[in-house]
Amino acid sequence: MATVSMTVNGQAVSGEVEGRTLLVQFLRENLNLTGTHVGCDTSQCGACVVHVNGDSMKSCTMLALQADGAEVTTIEGLAQGGEMHPMQQAFQDNHGLQCGFCTPGMVMSAIDLVAKNPNPDEATIREQLEGNICRCTGYHNIVKAVQQAAKATGG
Amino acid sequence: MYDFKFHSAFSVDDAAAKLAAAEDGTVMAGGQTLIPVLKQRLANPSDVVDLSGAGLSGITNNGDSVTIGAMTTHAEVAGSSDVSAALRSVAEGIGDAQVRNRGTLGGSVANNDPAADYPAALLGLGATITTNQRDIAADDFFTGLFETALNDGEIIKSVTFPNATKAAYAKFPNPASRYAMVGVFAAQAADGVRVAVTGATDCAHRGPKLEAALSANWSPDALDGVTIPADHINGDIHGSPEYRAHLVVVMAKRAVAAAG
Ligand SMILES: Cc1cc2nc3c(=O)[nH]c(=O)nc-3n(C[C@H](O)[C@H](O)[C@H](O)COP(=O)(O)OP(=O)(O)OC[C@H]3O[C@@H](n4cnc5c(N)ncnc54)[C@H](O)[C@@H]3O)c2cc1C
Ligand code: FES
Ligand code: FES
Repeated sequence: MATVSMTVNGQAVSGEVEGRTLLVQFLRENLNLTGTHVGCDTSQCGACVVHVNGDSMKSCTMLALQADGAEVTTIEGLAQGGEMHPMQQAFQDNHGLQCGFCTPGMVMSAIDLVAKNPNPDEATIREQLEGNICRCTGYHNIVKAVQQAAKATGG
Repeated sequence: MYDFKFHSAFSVDDAAAKLAAAEDGTVMAGGQTLIPVLKQRLANPSDVVDLSGAGLSGITNNGDSVTIGAMTTHAEVAGSSDVSAALRSVAEGIGDAQVRNRGTLGGSVANNDPAADYPAALLGLGATITTNQRDIAADDFFTGLFETALNDGEIIKSVTFPNATKAAYAKFPNPASRYAMVGVFAAQAADGVRVAVTGATDCAHRGPKLEAALSANWSPDALDGVTIPADHINGDIHGSPEYRAHLVVVMAKRAVAAAG
């Protein structure tokens, strides 16, 4: 076992992990932050996407020890003072989710995409969300949600 | 995944020392291939040495060539103004945004997946791979299915890509994985026309027939009569050998058209 320390949603945390412990396991099992989902566990679906030092990454394809010293943000870290993040609000407003399983990863990827492309067109949104699979919505309302959030956050 | 001892390396020498001290160690770059491999228990290393703190990332352009550190991510290459448009487009087309945020040039080159994109770019530009032991020409590096010229414990430090007069990469991505069904990198490189093909066989390789036709006439039409026999071409549920052989010429034409 080794000790890992990182900042998660603004809080300093640490824990004992094995070499093979995945970041997503550390978040869900050590920290009880179960908003980050595991869909495929094979790096395909994006349900596990979190931000590590500001970039979106698949937390099922990263070791907890690789995040030692990093700033991690999960879906639980987005709402501020009881107000949803504009991207979360946009998903609700546009019916961008049905079962909600893909939604945490989808929202985390979408926030990164708008941060890097403040005024994304539809093709850019679809391309940049290639790593996130949704079995319910057919993606149209997700694209609309991202467009609304991009406008709301000054794109 | 079997358990292993995790180490962070603070330099290439430190990584080499930690590997040498391990019973059966391996380096880890972005982990976008190695972690899935470990999960499937296809590998069982005693020790994993993480290179992210080893000072191997960064891009320098000296006017004649661009040198990219092994730990530079696909996203960093795709977003760099020091890198040619052709090379940026290779990096931009890899996997998805999250894979590009972690996957690295060195990991992709060392892994030598038969459908990986970077090997075609290295061959197409006549790049040089610099390791902690020596320099290796791309032409001598990719030796077979997931096989390279790297010795056990040898670590890639950087790759140097000479400038080309014209160059472009055309890829037909597998719609599910985004890996290349077939990808062709075509260039008017420092030492003449180079055409490299990935996705079609067990490992990226140069296309002598395509190079001969394009050396005589740099235009998509020059490839009209060229056919690639399907003998050694990959076939799977995504495409037959004949289909991929046909794609090689189509992608080569698109690459030349895009290069201008
Ligand atoms: C969903 C998904 C889609 C993908 N799509 C594509 C695609 O379209 N095209 C494509 O080309 N690739 C694709 N990839 C692979 C991706 O490019 C990986 O990043 C790459 O193959 C490996 O790089 P890495 O940095 O993650 O290396 P790792 O997984 O960390 O390492 C891979 C191998 O290389 C060795 N290694 C790593 N760095 C070094 C070094 N500096 N010196 C010596 N050995 C080293 C490791 O020991 C290991 O054996 C995809 C991956 C995923 C998960
Ligand atoms: S659970 Fe990580 S990509 Fe599917
Ligand atoms: S809302 Fe059900 S998977 Fe996306």
